[in-house]
Amino acid sequence: MALNKDSNVYTIAFATIMVVIVGGLLAFVSMSLKPMQQANVKNEKMQNILQAIGIEETNGVTREEAGAKFNKFITRRVTINYKGEIVSDKTANDKIDAQDKLDAFNIDLRKEYSRYVKPIMSRNKGDDAKIQELLSNSTDIHFPIFVCEHGGEKYFIVSASGKGLWDDIWGYLCVKSDGETINGSVFDHKGETAGLGSKISETWFEDQFIGKTMAENGAYLPLSVEKPGKDLNNHQVDGISGATFTGIGVNEMLERNLAVYYNFFKNNPEFTK
Amino acid sequence: MSEVKTSEPLFSKKNMELIKNPLNQINPVTIQVLGICSALAVTVQMDNAIVMSIAVTAVLVIGNLLVSLMRNVIPGRIRIIVQLVVVAALVIIVDQILKAYVYDVSKSLSVFVGLIITNCIIMGRLEAFALGNKPWASILDGVGNGFGYGLVLMVVAFFKEILGSGTLTIPGLGKLTIIPESFFDWGYMNNGLMLLPPSSLFIVGIYIWVQKAKNPELIEA
Repeated sequence: MALNKDSNVYTIAFATIMVVIVGGLLAFVSMSLKPMQQANVKNEKMQNILQAIGIEETNGVTREEAGAKFNKFITRRVTINYKGEIVSDKTANDKIDAQDKLDAFNIDLRKEYSRYVKPIMSRNKGDDAKIQELLSNSTDIHFPIFVCEHGGEKYFIVSASGKGLWDDIWGYLCVKSDGETINGSVFDHKGETAGLGSKISETWFEDQFIGKTMAENGAYLPLSVEKPGKDLNNHQVDGISGATFTGIGVNEMLERNLAVYYNFFKNNPEFTK
Repeated sequence: MSEVKTSEPLFSKKNMELIKNPLNQINPVTIQVLGICSALAVTVQMDNAIVMSIAVTAVLVIGNLLVSLMRNVIPGRIRIIVQLVVVAALVIIVDQILKAYVYDVSKSLSVFVGLIITNCIIMGRLEAFALGNKPWASILDGVGNGFGYGLVLMVVAFFKEILGSGTLTIPGLGKLTIIPESFFDWGYMNNGLMLLPPSSLFIVGIYIWVQKAKNPELIEA
């Protein structure tokens, strides 16, 4: 039987068969590679958290090692909300269950930022009091704290996310047991300009935060990124030339998120003991 | 395809030209000006350029092969859609593999892997070559054009990374420092413009200039 290749039936049949085959193939590839991809994402997060601590043992930890080392260094995982109430409290013995959305490790900062924080901020631009009020009333915004005990010292790894020039930026900072001094930091970004804004994820930028403090005379004073070349006090770090807006984004992100943690540490002195 | 012809050798002169020509005379980027978009975007670091070239070449070779195998059964009216589906499927597979095996590279290439789908070179070769030629010739054509694209990408990345960051990132060797520290002490500075997409246009422009100066037959009247 000679097929009429120009007939509608042939065309539709061809298209249908092709779509079914391609769809099946893609589903198969996606399913079989998914475990590896998820492990990569998870290990990278662990790597970021460990590197942020700022102790020698976890400096330069690779993505492959991170999975094994994570539970050794991170002894407790706590999630708080905007008001500073603890909503989840796990120890290293509790397995990280991907289904437990409140586990500090499963808090997806970027998702929460774009889904809950960003709309509030853009709708009430300029009205800071209203923004604060709406944010603190939201039950969808969480703040993870990872507690690391090492050499008799306690370290608290906190996190922040916000918006750079092009897309999301986020970071982990390690706060010492005084609740205000920074011991280490890791920043990352989704799409800042390569070679300019992307430098926030380079070590020299991150290391500037070591030893800086977010308090003065017992009151909160946000960390800030300044224009390069200025004299810096112990709340300020050098910015990146040519990446002014990424710097502004980092400022906003740190100010908004660290305020919550600062208040939490101040109001719960027993937590940091 | 049951014709019994005296088959020509696999690497006959004609077949070799399919690989050689796209490197110079009919280079997809500099002569046909296709695929410029990604050449501007993923050339900040050498390793990105290399992985991108491999990814494009892989998609091009397999896409060419598949379309060439199906060339007698593809309905003429939906041939572009068929090509698009083949390319899109391949690109998604490449993206998934990169995410699973070379996570860091896939992160820095970000959306550009997905954008291979829209790379004009691929659709162009499928439509212009694979649809009318046998599988083996189509594979060679894919290799040639993939390499032609990769060549330009790597030349651009070479200059951009050295002038923009003073380094050269090669997979397996890591970041190599090319401009010595002492240069910076003397007042040398990395050129920030080299890290931005416009600088690729300058380099591609100079590339075309050099290429045409060396090959006068390429100059259009």
